[in-house]
Amino acid sequence: MEPDGQLKPSTLSTTDIPWQILWSKKKCCLCGRCTAVCPVQAIELGVHRERMLQVKLGLTEKPGNLFGVYHGIRQRTDVAHACIGCGMCDMVCPNHAIVPMHNDEPDKLRFHINQGGIPRRRGGRRNAPGSVLDEIKFVRISMLTDPALDAGRHEFELRTLLGRILPPEEALRVTREGGWLPPVREIYPLILGSMSFGALSPTMWEGLQMGVAYLNEELGMPVRFCTGEGGCPPRLLRSRFMKYIILQIASGYFGWDEITHALPEMKEDPCAIEIKYGQGAKPGDGGLLMWYKVNKLIAAIRGVPVGVNLPSPPTHQTKYSIEEAVAKMIQSMSMAWGFRVPVYPKISATSTALAVLNNLTRNPYAAALAMDGEDGGTGAAYNVSMNHMGHPIASIVRDAYLNLVKIGKQNEVPIFAGGGIGKNGNLAANSAALIMLGASGVQVGKYIMQATAGCLGSERDRCNICNIGLCPKGITSQDPRIYRRLDPEKVAERLVEVVVSFDTELKKIVAPLGRSTSLPIGMSDAIGIANKDAAERLGIRHVL
Amino acid sequence: MCRLFSITSKDPLSPMVAIRALDVMKEGHDGSGVGLFMTDLGGDFEQFRGGPILSGIFSNSGIKALDRYMMDMDFMTKYKLSFRPTKSPPAGTPRRDNYLIRVYEYPPDWENLPEEEVQRRLMQCRLQLREMGERDSSMMVFSFWPDVIMIKEVGDPTAVADYLGLNRKELQARTILAQGRQNTNYAISIYACHPFFIQGMATMTNGENTAFVPIREFLMSRNEPGYSGYQSDSEVFTHILHYTLRHLHLDLETYKHIITPLKDGELANHPNGPWLRMLKQSCRPLIIDGPNCVMGCLPDKTLFMVQDSKKLRPGVVGGNPGMFAFSSEMCGLDAAIPARDKSRDFQPMKYDTVFVGPERQEVGQWSQMDSLSRLH
Repeated sequence: MEPDGQLKPSTLSTTDIPWQILWSKKKCCLCGRCTAVCPVQAIELGVHRERMLQVKLGLTEKPGNLFGVYHGIRQRTDVAHACIGCGMCDMVCPNHAIVPMHNDEPDKLRFHINQGGIPRRRGGRRNAPGSVLDEIKFVRISMLTDPALDAGRHEFELRTLLGRILPPEEALRVTREGGWLPPVREIYPLILGSMSFGALSPTMWEGLQMGVAYLNEELGMPVRFCTGEGGCPPRLLRSRFMKYIILQIASGYFGWDEITHALPEMKEDPCAIEIKYGQGAKPGDGGLLMWYKVNKLIAAIRGVPVGVNLPSPPTHQTKYSIEEAVAKMIQSMSMAWGFRVPVYPKISATSTALAVLNNLTRNPYAAALAMDGEDGGTGAAYNVSMNHMGHPIASIVRDAYLNLVKIGKQNEVPIFAGGGIGKNGNLAANSAALIMLGASGVQVGKYIMQATAGCLGSERDRCNICNIGLCPKGITSQDPRIYRRLDPEKVAERLVEVVVSFDTELKKIVAPLGRSTSLPIGMSDAIGIANKDAAERLGIRHVL
Repeated sequence: MCRLFSITSKDPLSPMVAIRALDVMKEGHDGSGVGLFMTDLGGDFEQFRGGPILSGIFSNSGIKALDRYMMDMDFMTKYKLSFRPTKSPPAGTPRRDNYLIRVYEYPPDWENLPEEEVQRRLMQCRLQLREMGERDSSMMVFSFWPDVIMIKEVGDPTAVADYLGLNRKELQARTILAQGRQNTNYAISIYACHPFFIQGMATMTNGENTAFVPIREFLMSRNEPGYSGYQSDSEVFTHILHYTLRHLHLDLETYKHIITPLKDGELANHPNGPWLRMLKQSCRPLIIDGPNCVMGCLPDKTLFMVQDSKKLRPGVVGGNPGMFAFSSEMCGLDAAIPARDKSRDFQPMKYDTVFVGPERQEVGQWSQMDSLSRLH
């Protein structure tokens, strides 16, 4: 039997795909907006056959059938057009006549998204909704012995340091002798990034930059934004806003021709330089910007041809050893800005992270270590890398911090943690937990997209098509017809709201712990977890 | 909230002066501990200024172990004051065999050692004795230092003082620190009783240091054997002071800048802003938090008091030339020095450090907002 055309191995029914379209004939006004907006053309105009029973009054004539047609929606079930569950159809429908529903049966699509022998690539993050960070509770509440502080009225100093901090004896000696003190930035512990110009649409990037500028200049909150690997628009490079930017250099060196040329014309030093050796979403794999998104503008900034895939190599190809990769590269980048700018590496969280950290502690130019855990997001990666590669962030941050404590350098090489922070909406709680485990600050990307621009992606594999430039919200698209949906002013407004509310929540966490004069880095006595193994592994209180 | 009292006087005083001051502030302590630090000694101890004095509590077997240890080290006892209480201890106070204060003569082979090495060895002896004692609870050692006596016990200060007969004439000092403890969230351990001591300096605190764990981790990773113990979160105040003076070779004025640094905006307008910013950054793990009033004594007998960065605890200093006292409450000060010009009493606020130097002529004061008095 052939259902609707030929039956092939990858022929799927609507039950076999993760999202099914529920459509109401009664409510549909056939305007066609849903089919027009669907980023993957999962729905199309359907002409359906209709049978109506015709029963005449009386007994003389037998009931008969009347056949006709009606117009509506047809859900496509082939692999390329399987619904992604973004729900844009519902968003544009004037009558809410259509909505995608998640299948309660594990889909069969997953066995077929490798047509043409190409494994699935997607955006988003690991498809696993749980997070150990959400399980961490703040248990050391100040009661009568040291009354809790007032988050609304007391003064709080919630700043962190990015840069190599000399031990006190050394700092005093260097100051006395007029020597070189490594540059240190006092910044807000929430760093935005690293989302490249290219991965993000121009409107999204512009909105975030405006929001960052507002936070700094109007609210006095030193929030920093890391560019990711994609360079930086020339005007921004030459503007006073450069000081709010952390420039990232990665193995593809995209955008660095432009940056190098802008060096003599820069009005301000950047906040820092991040050398990306790895990221949490695709550890051990290079960056990826797929050809769909490489338009003329992106190509110009990155210094590449239009319409080609831009895979960065997994490692910096010119560097064959840790001395080369870390020591020399950090030194070169430091030198480019006259040793006035902190330079630090970012790596994927990995069981070998401590080796990197130990190396950094012996490198006087290394300003910090950023680690990105397995739950980190990305604009494009192989599904297998995202779902199965990498190390959770919590234990690696703890290990790294305790390792520094052991050698007495916990204040000298700040650790920045990223990957899945705020995955379930608990941005401040997750951040505070990581800080108390030993991080000096956190790097957040995906949450920012979700909160400031309404990114629809989820860990139940909703949407996640950032890689092909069809982001229905215009966040990760390079197509002006799509990205004009996103108003940069509104993104900026949302960013300010997000950071200001984060700040309040952070105070609501630290104030009851009796902390206000400094960020509670490594305050492990304040946290607990019900999972005994996790408590033991993290060296925190086991609470039930 | 614990109650603190310290006094400095040109003439030697009985520790009972401090005990009485604690007694009038009685509602602030719960009998979970009393601690005394005495220096610039008078009475019988004045004649032994140079010799190290060991203070502690020993069981009978502990005394024997102590004797063996000290003989092995070649120390010779020059003078001792032991309390072996015969009557029943007051409520809450455990029965002990011996409260000991012993003056020793240095081993002959220490004679030509540099002062720093002598001081290091004295601390090492104290730590070793403490460790030996902790194994079988036979010894508790509070200090081993020239011209310093420390007494600690669990119980109500007045009751403990009566029990131990602290009003004896042999026991007098010109500088005294005393704390009546209100046990909070740590076990009742005698090593948790303030004041805490290290190499000639002592501090005591009322409050709770919520940044205790990261500070402890930082201190313990300084490769300094004396930074140990930590039965109380307040012990770190003493060790930060020691770190400031001995390791960083800075002074009391910068101590305040280390534990409660100015905020970024305040530093931007401070005459020593860049230097203080460097200090703040490099000493970031030593920033204290929570409500804390710290009183302490430096090796040169300067008494001082500082407050946390929000000034969440009370504290007052007052007196007359020749005698000044620092107290948690005004009533404690009134009890010790009733005849003084009260209009000159001073309650340090969040930026202040107040101190009375060894000459005991006036109360000095630094504000963190002022220029540093000397360039570092």
